[in-house]
This record gives sequence, structure tokens and C-alpha cells, in this order.
Amino acid sequence: MRIACTVNGHTRVAENVWAGESLLYVLRERFGLYGSKNACEQGECGSCSVYLDGSLVCACLVLGGQANGREVVTVEGVDAAGVQQAFVDAGAVQCGFCTPGLIVATHDLLRRVPQPSDAQIREALAGNVCRCTGYAKIIEAVNMAAR
Amino acid sequence: MRVGESVQRVDGPSKVRGTFAYSSDLHAEHMLWGSTVRSPHPYARITSIDTSEARAMPGVHAVLTHEDVPGMKLYGLEIQDQPVLAFDFVRYGGEAVALVAADHPEQARRATQKVRVEYEVLRPVTQAEDALRPDAPRLHPDGNVTRHVKIRHGDQVARADVVVRGEYEIGMQDQAPLGPESGLAVPDAEGGVDLYIATQWLHVDQQQLANILALQPEKVRLTMAGIGGAFGAREDLSMQAHACLLALKTGRPVKISYSRPESFVGHVHRHPGRLSYEHGANTDGMLVYVRARILLDGGAYASSSTAVIANASCFAVGPYRCPNATIDGIVAYSNNPPCGAMRGFGSVQNCYAHEAQMDKLAAALGMDPVELRIRNAMETGTEMITGQKIDGPVPVAELLSRVSSMPLPANVSRPLPVYGEGKGGAVGPADLTAMPGGVSNTTHGEGVKRGIGYAVGFKNIGYSEGFDDHSTARVRLSVIDGRPRVEVHTAAAEVGQGTVMVQAQIAGSELGVNDIVVLNADTRVGSAGSSSASRQTYITGGAVKAAAEAVCQRVLGLAQSELHPASELRIENDNVVGGDGRQIVPLATLLGDAVIEETREFHPRATHRLDPETGQADAHMQYAFAAHRAVVDVDTELGLVKVVELATAQDVGKAINPLAVQGQLEGGAAQGLGLAVMEEIQVQDGVIRNASFTDYLLPTILDMPPLRMDILELGDPNSPYGLKGVGEPPTISSGPAIVAAIRAATGRDIRRVPVRPHDLTL
Ligand code: FES
Ligand code: FES
Repeated sequence: MRIACTVNGHTRVAENVWAGESLLYVLRERFGLYGSKNACEQGECGSCSVYLDGSLVCACLVLGGQANGREVVTVEGVDAAGVQQAFVDAGAVQCGFCTPGLIVATHDLLRRVPQPSDAQIREALAGNVCRCTGYAKIIEAVNMAAR
Repeated sequence: MRVGESVQRVDGPSKVRGTFAYSSDLHAEHMLWGSTVRSPHPYARITSIDTSEARAMPGVHAVLTHEDVPGMKLYGLEIQDQPVLAFDFVRYGGEAVALVAADHPEQARRATQKVRVEYEVLRPVTQAEDALRPDAPRLHPDGNVTRHVKIRHGDQVARADVVVRGEYEIGMQDQAPLGPESGLAVPDAEGGVDLYIATQWLHVDQQQLANILALQPEKVRLTMAGIGGAFGAREDLSMQAHACLLALKTGRPVKISYSRPESFVGHVHRHPGRLSYEHGANTDGMLVYVRARILLDGGAYASSSTAVIANASCFAVGPYRCPNATIDGIVAYSNNPPCGAMRGFGSVQNCYAHEAQMDKLAAALGMDPVELRIRNAMETGTEMITGQKIDGPVPVAELLSRVSSMPLPANVSRPLPVYGEGKGGAVGPADLTAMPGGVSNTTHGEGVKRGIGYAVGFKNIGYSEGFDDHSTARVRLSVIDGRPRVEVHTAAAEVGQGTVMVQAQIAGSELGVNDIVVLNADTRVGSAGSSSASRQTYITGGAVKAAAEAVCQRVLGLAQSELHPASELRIENDNVVGGDGRQIVPLATLLGDAVIEETREFHPRATHRLDPETGQADAHMQYAFAAHRAVVDVDTELGLVKVVELATAQDVGKAINPLAVQGQLEGGAAQGLGLAVMEEIQVQDGVIRNASFTDYLLPTILDMPPLRMDILELGDPNSPYGLKGVGEPPTISSGPAIVAAIRAATGRDIRRVPVRPHDLTL
């Protein structure tokens, strides 16, 4: 099938998409946007977090076809320079495989709750697994970005 | 960038923007996707493999079996016992049997289902204890004991006033790096291959691949691709040989990227174990003897089992003075998934046991558990149970007294801000996430008991038992656009720990140059050894230091004059300066077009093999220590645990990059917490039942409490800058401290990790 959608403000078209391809696969392998990561492809780790029509979703749980005619924003296009810098400054990045998903999820948190408490940060990022950092510096980074 | 500064990641900006290329992000023109046919049986004889139907499928370009492996059909880090593709037998559920390459990954996956493999199913050996029975099937030609380490130290029949015994069981933990096993193999026109890969040790992969592919090593070139975590899971080959075989067969680039379920069978795990201990002490609490039997299940293939069991045995009694010890460490083959390296490497399993024993002993003696530990703590010069006199700072008592004197967290029932109000806003009911059971809303404090527990652990840094540990660094100084630039080239794997900053900081400190570039790791420079055993900062750091010093000497040789002998000169801020700090000449002027390049190998001091009968030897090069305190709340009615706080003290010798050191202590503690209370690969009849992140639970941001840290820099006189390896100690004692706290909260004799709700309620 054919998918046409807006990704990071640009119209993108993919031809001959197999019906079973996830949005994550389409973004990565059809559009070459490898920023969204594929750690579990089961909706458990949040490493593939993107916006679909403004809602935070796991791209691995959305079929590519569902994105047809809709608007997708990925880590490559999200307007989150402050969050991104805070993650670097706080030392919240080690291997970085979880980071793109956390950047998008943090951006989503801060637009809803500009000054979150630690409990709110934990609640909002509970769907983003990081195996490297133990999360302390991620919380620090979110606090930094909120300041 | 200087040694001792908190330096931000050089790869940070690309990682936060999503442009950093991990091994799973690679692609090439006309690339094919590889997929692997895996055994559904833990133990079976292969009677036939029919690939004809799969070959005929649309989009399929190749289907390979063991017959297509041109070179060695077996590989392995220490013992070559694992088939590249199974022949004759499969020995674990998920073992690789055949390969497919196709245009689309789904075509490849579907074709794997059409490879017809006939099996004669055999009864699997699913317990290490069963593997040791005389009537057990022989899984490998040399029998089922992969290694038996015997330690016989001091009086073997010593007697003591107070004796405590315990049996402990450790579940199988997964490293679960978030980045899947993946890579891209690109064939060249001359029969060679380039592999872009996420691995912990490029050169050992290269050597193994050359053997498997029957190619000269220089025809198998490896380039590091971005690594999404490792923790031991990338020490062994996974898809490397498979991608290369398919690429060489099809003449096209081939990418393989495992799904998460496949990853669970595609790499080795932390050994599960059963440990029986007996501790004897005098009435004053001094240890008289420890006798222990440690049985680890190595699974179907050896991987690094022989080194893991050596560690489990050498550190069996913990960082304590113990004049008499009888230790039998046995690792056995079974038909369970293979086990090998994971952060802590053998020192994790035994720490649960020796720390539980110390608490038991304290209870039997009516002593405070911290006081008992301090009384028995190793010091500089203490003779280990292997006979090695431990040198350098040995701050075991210091670490324990530091963690025990840190302030304790407040009780949970304090009111916390309501959702949506934010910092300093109105206060409302207690935050559910602070309770055992979290937002499941299972308790508001009723039935919740608090406990506090302590643990201390230690392990070796670097390779042991006579292995020639070393690393290579090439440092090159030149002038680019009028500015001096230093390029550092090593093959060290950046797994997330920050070796790229460490290398830049060391070169920056030694050379006084501001523009430092660390080149991507590949096999065009000599081996760095693996990013494991907490060794890379020490060993590759040592190599970078040596090469940078050599470059510096040559520069100063160029700059010296009668007035300014080289011995009085140094480089600072891109200038050669004299003893008084005054500029002699800018580096750029001095060098002009000249390029100064030096390559150095660094070898730490030698180690020796354990005596096969007594286990006595100076087997290890450096030791690192950490202590943890855990505070937990347990819902005693439901058996749910909330780790409220962790506190740690660790001697890192010298913190090269303090920010990264903190990250290691925090991340390592989280992995310790995981094994203590949630992480276990459930293996039933030899088959993994929970091979997904839905069913294998990793600590989330809700599970990991704040960590208090006290980082000591006591300086090891033998190592570069006095540093000690940092990465593993945080994973060793964190979990045992948590389990001790759960015991304290519940009064239950917990013998098994991870602790499950029914262990606390039934
Ligand atoms: S890859 Fe989508 S949630 Fe893990
Ligand atoms: S930084 Fe490695 S998974 Fe988060």
C-alpha cells in the first residue's frame, strides 16, 4: 500500500508498504529517520516515542497505515533544544539508546506541566526504560530543562 | 578536557538529536535482511534440514546451514564448543540452525518458517545438579563439568565456636541492553568483508570471524557502530558470523537486527546458581573459616564460564579476613540458555550468599551487622583465600562506616504535592508511587514495614589468571587550520560508559592541547581488549597516556634549546612553555607541517593461574570495593517491595570524569536492584518463558530510588593516575543490601533472588 503523511513538517510518501509494517519501521526503514529506536517493538520501553497528531505514542504500536494523512513529529523534528541540552549537561545520556524517546516524552511532559515535581516526572517517564543511568540524572535533566 | 574534570559526552549532542548511528540504524544500497532459524527444542538430534521451500520463496536470496560454513564450525571465547550453525545436535532452545537473506525483513522471517528441520527430541538436562550425575547425558566430549575451581586455604578441618549455614539460589539475569544485536556486513570485490558492528571487543570478534570464514584476519575488517549498551551481552558473537556468511554468499550487504525475543536467546546471560555456605567464627565475631560449594549453571555452551567460576570462587567469602577456606566452585553444562559475562562477573552471585551469611552470623552472635563486617574487614596486606596479599588501598571498613553514618530517609507517610500542582504547590495525600505496589493503589501504609540492610563486595579489575591484558593506542599530533589537533585512535568499545571522554581527557592532560578528537574504534589499530571487567579506563587509558607521553617527549625534543632543555619544558594550552610557565613557542609554529605520531601498548602487571588443586595464586591485578545500604518498605500482606533509598560508598582511586563515575554508580545500582527484586529469565524445561520486556521486568524510573553517593579517591599506587575500575562494584553489593533490608523488614529467611511476593507472604 501507499502511505502519505507529514513527518517533521515535510510530506513523505512510501510506496509498496507491507500492511504489517509499524510506523516505527516506516519511519526508520522507509523514510531513513533512524532517531526513533527499536528496543522492544512491544510498547514496553518508550524508545520509539513520537507524536502522532500531537499525541505521544509508541511508534512500534502504530501501524504504518494508521499514519496515512496524519502528522508525525519525531526526535529529529521536535522543538526541544532546551530538553536536549539539559540531557547532555546533566549526564543523563550514556549509551543513549533510550534518549530519543525520553526527549520526546519529556517535551510532552513539560508542555503539559511546565514545573513538574519529581513524582510527576517519575509518573510521566514510567514508560521509558533506561538500562544505563539508573534514572537519577534523567530526573536532574528534566528539572534542569524545566528551569 | 583534563583528567578529573566532569566532561560532557562528545557524542551527547548527536544522541539527544537522534542522529547518532547505532548498529541497528545502518543501511546500504541493495541491502538484504538476514534472519535466523532457531531450534524450538532445548536438546535434540538434527536428522535433516530441507531448505528447498524457503529458497523458492519470493525475495529470498540465500538460505544457509552449517554446510555453508567454510572454516571452523565451532567458536567460543575460551572453549570452542558452540556451533556457528547447529549440526548433529541442538543444545538449547533458540540455538541458531540456519540463515535466510531476503529483500524485506518480513520475507526473511517467513522464509525461516519454511526451512524444514527434522529433530529427534531428547530429554534435556535442565538443572546443573542433574548435569553432574553419573547417568546424565554427556553434552560435550569432555563431560558436563566446564570447570571446577578448588580453593584450599589454611586449616581444612578448622573448628569454631559459632557456626551458621545457609543455602542460596540466584535466578538468571539478563543484561537487557536496549540496543538489539545488530550489524551490517558488506562484502568487497576480493572475497573479504567489512562488518559494522556493536561489540565489546572488536579484535576477538575479528579473530573468531577469520577462523569461521576461513579468511586472513586482514580480510575481515571491523568498524564499531553505535552501541546501545552491553553489560557483558556483547562479549560473545551473536549475529556477526551470520551476517558475514550471508554477505559473502550473496555478494550483497546484509543487515541483521534481532527482535527483543530473539535477543533473549541470542546472547548469554548471568549464571543462575545454587550456593551452600558454612561460616565459623569465634565468640568475638572473628571469622575462623568459610566452607562453600558454588554451583553455577553454564547452560549449553562455555562462553566465559571458566572465568566467571574463578571469580565466584576467589571472592567467595567477600572482602573479609578469613584464615581458613574450603571452596568448591563448579560450573556445569546443561540444556539451558548459555550463560557468560554480565556486569559483576561471578562476584554478584556469591555476594548474595556471603552477605546473608554475615548477617546470620551477626544475629547468632548478637552483634550489629555493620560492626561484625568492620571487625572482619580486609585491609591492605590482608591475605586473601587465594593466598594473594592484597595491596593498595583496601577501605572496606571505611566504606561500611561511611554508608552506615549517612542520614536516613524520612518515612513515606509524609504528604507530597498533588498531581498537577508542581513544586511548592498545595499538598495533598501521600504519593502512591512512594508506596509498595505504587499506583496499583494496594496500600496507603497499612501492613507496611520498613527495613534497613547493608552489604559490601569486591572484585577484580582487568583480566586475571595469567591472561596478557593489554591495550593499544595511537596518538597523532598535527596542525589543522593553524591549530594543533590531537587524534586518539584505539579499538576500545564505547558502550555508554564514556571511554571516549576518558581517552580525550587523558590525551588533553598529557599533551596540553585543546582540540582532541577520539577517532571511531576499528581494527586498523591494535587490540584494546574488551570493554568489560571494569578495565577500559585503566588499560586503554594507560595506553593513551603512554602514547601521549611519547608524543609529548618528541615535541619537547623539537622545542628544546641550550637555554631550555626538554626536561624543563611542557605543553600548556597549545603552547610550549618553560618551567616558569612562560611561552617559548606556539605548538602550531613549532610543528608547521610536521605530524608526530606514536603508538603504544600498555600492559598492567602480570597475573598467574590458580593452582588446580589449591586455588592459590596471585591471580588478579587490581581489586575494587563498594558498600551499599538499602532502605525498603515492604507491604507484608501482599509481599510487595518498595526500595525507598540506596546509599553507596565506593573507592574509585581517582575519578577521571566525576560525572561519568556517578552515572556508573547509579546505573550499576539499578541493575543490582533489578536482580534483587524483579529481573529473572524464567526457564522452564529448558525454554525461556518470558523473552520480552512485557514479561521480563526491568527497573523503571518508578522503581529506582534516589542514590546517596560517597565517592572516595584513595589513589592506587600501581595504576595510571591512581584510578580503579568503576563499572562493576555498584552492581555487586546493591542487590544484597536490598535483600538484607527485606529480611530486616519481614523477619523472613530469604534464600532466593529475585525476591518474589510469595516468598514474603506464603
Ligand atoms: S520499541 Fe516501541 S515501546 Fe519499545
Ligand atoms: S542511556 Fe543506555 S539505555 Fe538509557
